[in-house]
Amino acid sequence: MTTQAKKLPGTDVVVVGLGWAGSIVAKELADAGLRVIGFERGAWRDTASDFNIASAADELRYVQRQELMLRTRQNTCTLRNNVTQTALPMRTWGSFHPGNGTGGAGNHWAGITFRFQPDEFHLKSHLEDRYGKQALEGLSVQDWGTTWEEMEPFYDAFERVAGISGKAGNIGGTLIEGGNPFEGPRRRDYPNPPTQQTFAPTLFAEAARNLGYKPFPVPSALASQGYTNSYGVTMGPCTFCGFCTNYGCANYSKASAIVNVLPALIRMPNFTAKTHCEVLEVRKDSSGKRATGIVYVDANGQTWEQPAEIVVVAAFTFENVRLMLLSGIGEPYDPVSNTGTTGRNYAYQTANNVQLFFDEGKNFNPFIGGGAIGMGIDEFNNDNFDHSGLGFVGGGSTRVTPIGAAPIASRPVPPGTPRWGSQWKKTTAQYYSASMSIGCEASNYSSRTNYLSLDPTYKDPHGRPLLRITFDFTENDLRMAQYVTGKTAEIARALNPSLVVESPRKAPWNNTSYQSSHVVGGFVMGADPATSSVNKHLQVWDVPNLFVVGASAFPQNPGYNPTGTVGALAFKAAHAIRTLYLKRPGEMISV
Amino acid sequence: MTTPPLAGLSRRSLLKASATTVAASAAAYTQAATVKGVPSWLPFDHNGPLHYQDQQPQFFSAEQLREVEAIVERLIPGDELSVSGKEAGCAVFIDRQLAGQYGTYERLYQHGPFIAGVEPKSDHVPRERYRLGLEELEKHCQQSYQKHFSELPDAQRDEVLQALEGGKIEFAGIESQVFFEQVLQNTMEGFFADPVYGGNRDMVSWKMLGFPGARYDYRPYIARHNQKLELIPLSIIGSSAWSRKA
Amino acid sequence: MKALILSSVALLGSVSLGAHAIGGQDSYELVSKGRYIATLGDCTACHTVPGQPLFSGGVSIDTPFGKLVGANITPDTTTGIGRWSFEDFQNTMARGHARNGKRLYPAMPYTAYTKVSREDNYALWAYLRTIEPVHHKVETNQLPFPLSVRLNMSVWNLLNFSEGEYQPKADKSAQWNRGAYLVQGLGHCGTCHTPKSLLGGDNDSAFLRGGALGGVTAPDITGTDHVGLGAWSEDDIVEYLKTGANRYDIASGPMAEAVEHSTQFWHDQDLRAVAVYLKDLGEQHERPEPLAAEQPVMSVGRAIYEDRCSGCHTPNGEGIAKLFPKLANAPLVNADDPTSLIGVVLAGSRAVSTEAAPTGPAMPAFAWNLKDDQVAAVLTYIRNTWGNAASEVTASEVGKRRDALMKQ
Repeated sequence: MTTQAKKLPGTDVVVVGLGWAGSIVAKELADAGLRVIGFERGAWRDTASDFNIASAADELRYVQRQELMLRTRQNTCTLRNNVTQTALPMRTWGSFHPGNGTGGAGNHWAGITFRFQPDEFHLKSHLEDRYGKQALEGLSVQDWGTTWEEMEPFYDAFERVAGISGKAGNIGGTLIEGGNPFEGPRRRDYPNPPTQQTFAPTLFAEAARNLGYKPFPVPSALASQGYTNSYGVTMGPCTFCGFCTNYGCANYSKASAIVNVLPALIRMPNFTAKTHCEVLEVRKDSSGKRATGIVYVDANGQTWEQPAEIVVVAAFTFENVRLMLLSGIGEPYDPVSNTGTTGRNYAYQTANNVQLFFDEGKNFNPFIGGGAIGMGIDEFNNDNFDHSGLGFVGGGSTRVTPIGAAPIASRPVPPGTPRWGSQWKKTTAQYYSASMSIGCEASNYSSRTNYLSLDPTYKDPHGRPLLRITFDFTENDLRMAQYVTGKTAEIARALNPSLVVESPRKAPWNNTSYQSSHVVGGFVMGADPATSSVNKHLQVWDVPNLFVVGASAFPQNPGYNPTGTVGALAFKAAHAIRTLYLKRPGEMISV
Repeated sequence: MTTPPLAGLSRRSLLKASATTVAASAAAYTQAATVKGVPSWLPFDHNGPLHYQDQQPQFFSAEQLREVEAIVERLIPGDELSVSGKEAGCAVFIDRQLAGQYGTYERLYQHGPFIAGVEPKSDHVPRERYRLGLEELEKHCQQSYQKHFSELPDAQRDEVLQALEGGKIEFAGIESQVFFEQVLQNTMEGFFADPVYGGNRDMVSWKMLGFPGARYDYRPYIARHNQKLELIPLSIIGSSAWSRKA
Repeated sequence: MKALILSSVALLGSVSLGAHAIGGQDSYELVSKGRYIATLGDCTACHTVPGQPLFSGGVSIDTPFGKLVGANITPDTTTGIGRWSFEDFQNTMARGHARNGKRLYPAMPYTAYTKVSREDNYALWAYLRTIEPVHHKVETNQLPFPLSVRLNMSVWNLLNFSEGEYQPKADKSAQWNRGAYLVQGLGHCGTCHTPKSLLGGDNDSAFLRGGALGGVTAPDITGTDHVGLGAWSEDDIVEYLKTGANRYDIASGPMAEAVEHSTQFWHDQDLRAVAVYLKDLGEQHERPEPLAAEQPVMSVGRAIYEDRCSGCHTPNGEGIAKLFPKLANAPLVNADDPTSLIGVVLAGSRAVSTEAAPTGPAMPAFAWNLKDDQVAAVLTYIRNTWGNAASEVTASEVGKRRDALMKQ
């Protein structure tokens, strides 16, 4: 099919995907004077037309019917828990929510914007030093091939573009009261102060403080005030409407590529966006060591070849990895022989939850909030506590973030409540405003048996294999989930609720209910081509003019949301192309 | 009659729409393929929710509608907290949902093979589940009671529904539990969704919960911790506060 | 005195201004100056269709009397102005006469351009001679009879047009006079911002006191308080024209185009001169009493405002700088004529995106969501709250505007 592609005139750079990562790379490279074409599988999205304030607050449309998400009819993946099973397609999104259109999943995200901690970037070395090699048995966690010091400027750049609201905990090594004491030293505070808090996070923070923990405002991409970012684009302040996660933002207050980057980018004469264009493969020359461009199909079904000097693939994790598998980039990972790198080290997030029910005295007004409005503690995250003798490594970020409470999905009732009838109704009405939950978004450490590959059976509308996910939670993560959920429940009980319901994550992983869209790895970064796909500049080993950017580069997932790091990696890759690659084009960057 | 959902609906017909007859349209930008330079503004451009302008059933026959109403009336019974699911419009909501893209899973991946026993059969899109389920329910009630489901007294209807929920009634062609779960899910959607879709009449469920609906600005209220706010709920269609009191 | 009112680019005193005088000479500085003058005059607005060759004409302009189309002003000899002499061009700018002696319709703002100095016209002419000629025939006159008879324009001109270059006022500063020259002449601000007589001529006694053309209300831009720019500082005016946005407002509609194509490229000292001049115009304005908050229409309007507007414009109407216009004490909100406000609520509007302020936010359309009386109520509330005071907007005004927009 792709052999019939009509060849277009060449350009300097093609970028695949116009979500956070692709938009940032495209902007930075267009700023450097390169001619950039950005390809987007979905529609061009515009706040006022697509997210009209009068119709944006629509739970049926955006949550139940998944309006902003990729249609599984266009592309989905298959899943199984282990290699002995036959994978089945995800016909509807459940466990995670891939996006579509400009802005990507960054339109309907929650907005929680952590930086990873310094030790994460050399996790394997760090954990082995502290606990010995046997602590990582069965896991395939590894170092990133980069360092905190190298990452910090790019975290800062992303925070300046996304207008993050928060409170620094560590500026240049000095701890700041009220911020997160476990964060790495940052050069300066967040660009915006923290937002106001609703009742539930305020109660949680009080209880945590009384137990000796150090609560801090969750760093948030929901602006606390009007803010003009480093591209000159202005955001409005968050109004706590509670139609945030799964929705597009109607008042320019949730950072996204469509709000914060594309308005400045689309003005540039050396940038073009191609929407409704699905990229089918990255083309290589006969040596296999140079990408010559991409092949895509437009909305009319016509196939085109777009030659380019530099190819940047910056789609969602799944599509990054699938495009590499379909294009024959790198050797596909084989879990039996433990060889190959494309598809290796796929990881997820271990989401845990504790629900609190109050019989009297509490009215949480749960409809007020936003995806990243909340308070958290990090005492039980990652390696912030001593794991000696615990039988696991890793941990989670414990927090209360009331994202809003539109009632088709948000009607917490105690276990055992009937699902319909008069008693159901009575209990539903009783607890709608009298319950809260504490989440613990925990790490998920990669293992030899969790990986991505092409499905042998199921195909997309272009006849190409779907991506197959082989994944289950490891013993390490299940033990960790029990531990951190128990610690979270201790804080819950300090609030004297009538009932505490603990829900540590259990195996097997399945698609029945939403867990997290934080799917990472499969085309990971590192210093060793035997165990990684890209170097620390996101440059593909042995294909120097191809860069693959996104959470696909994470070798494992710590107990944090990934977007801050995705943004930082986009700036890092663009910086490397501008300052290093363009000086010696066609070569692997060696510094 | 449905309002044409996507392209082809002129901007002018949007103008004609009044607040009670919301039309649907895709934002015009979504049609753009090559975007270069700031896209210009199109007056009235707006990606709105699909809505039906008349009250006739879109999918169900009168008999089917009657039976579905008899189900939703027991799933959400009328009491001191709210009117019943039937009076709230849950059956109307389900009818309209089935008439639209949801009814055929237009958005969802539908390629086989479908593995028997692991996932529902390929042709069991929501429309089929209702068609088969209602047929089987009718058969069951005629065999057991020589009546339609809708003719049974409340307690007996509850018993049948409990049996469906527990998988204790054998249906042919569709598992009774699959049918029950489908109806339960759609009933709850209809009861709690925005009234623009035909259910949750007069925002009855939102008033019951104290959920203020589609409001977009809580800045004046966020600092009022642990207080009942008594806000007038708002729908996509509007609010009771938008018209002059006599 | 002329030196006071011309930009600092070298003058042409010694150059013969005869026809085709530019021919063989090196006209680098003349062309550069002319390019800037074309920007000041926003010639592209009417003479370049976006995406089409520069100045090849074809932009359709709706006037109260019918449709006029911007001419091809490239040097093409048959369809453009390639055969014109400078004197032909000067005649057009100063008197509204085309080369063939026909009188132009005043959509070509020669009532303003007559103020432009002969020297500036010469530079503009020199620049236009360097444009790529484009063969593109444009039928400029699409007015219905009898307006299509251009002879009628001679009568119109008698009533509405006073010819002549700008004459500096001796009692004002050079900066003030530069501002006046730009505003009255090339900037042709009065074309939109001065109320029109029945015949479409400017009502000069109300210069820049706000006008309505094609359903858009252009606000009072004099230093008058309440309905004008009384609250704006010179810096605010400069920032608005330079970036399209300031702490009060953000340009949308026709003004967005003026900023996008023209004022964002004006030199800072010219923008400053404009600000000085505008702030010096105007007078005390009698502030009407606002409607009482207890009136039923006001409480309905307030409910709609809280439900549909405050999420962006904020609960107290203060807006967000460079993003959501401030409604409290805003000239356009207080303007007598609410036509523009009604249109924005019904159809939405995109603000300008500039190099300095690229956001380009948009007001969403509410025609599908709000009925006529609801649009009227919310606008009445906005026009009579937070220090604003203006007439009640009626449902029939909204209905008329809705109908008019439907026909466009």
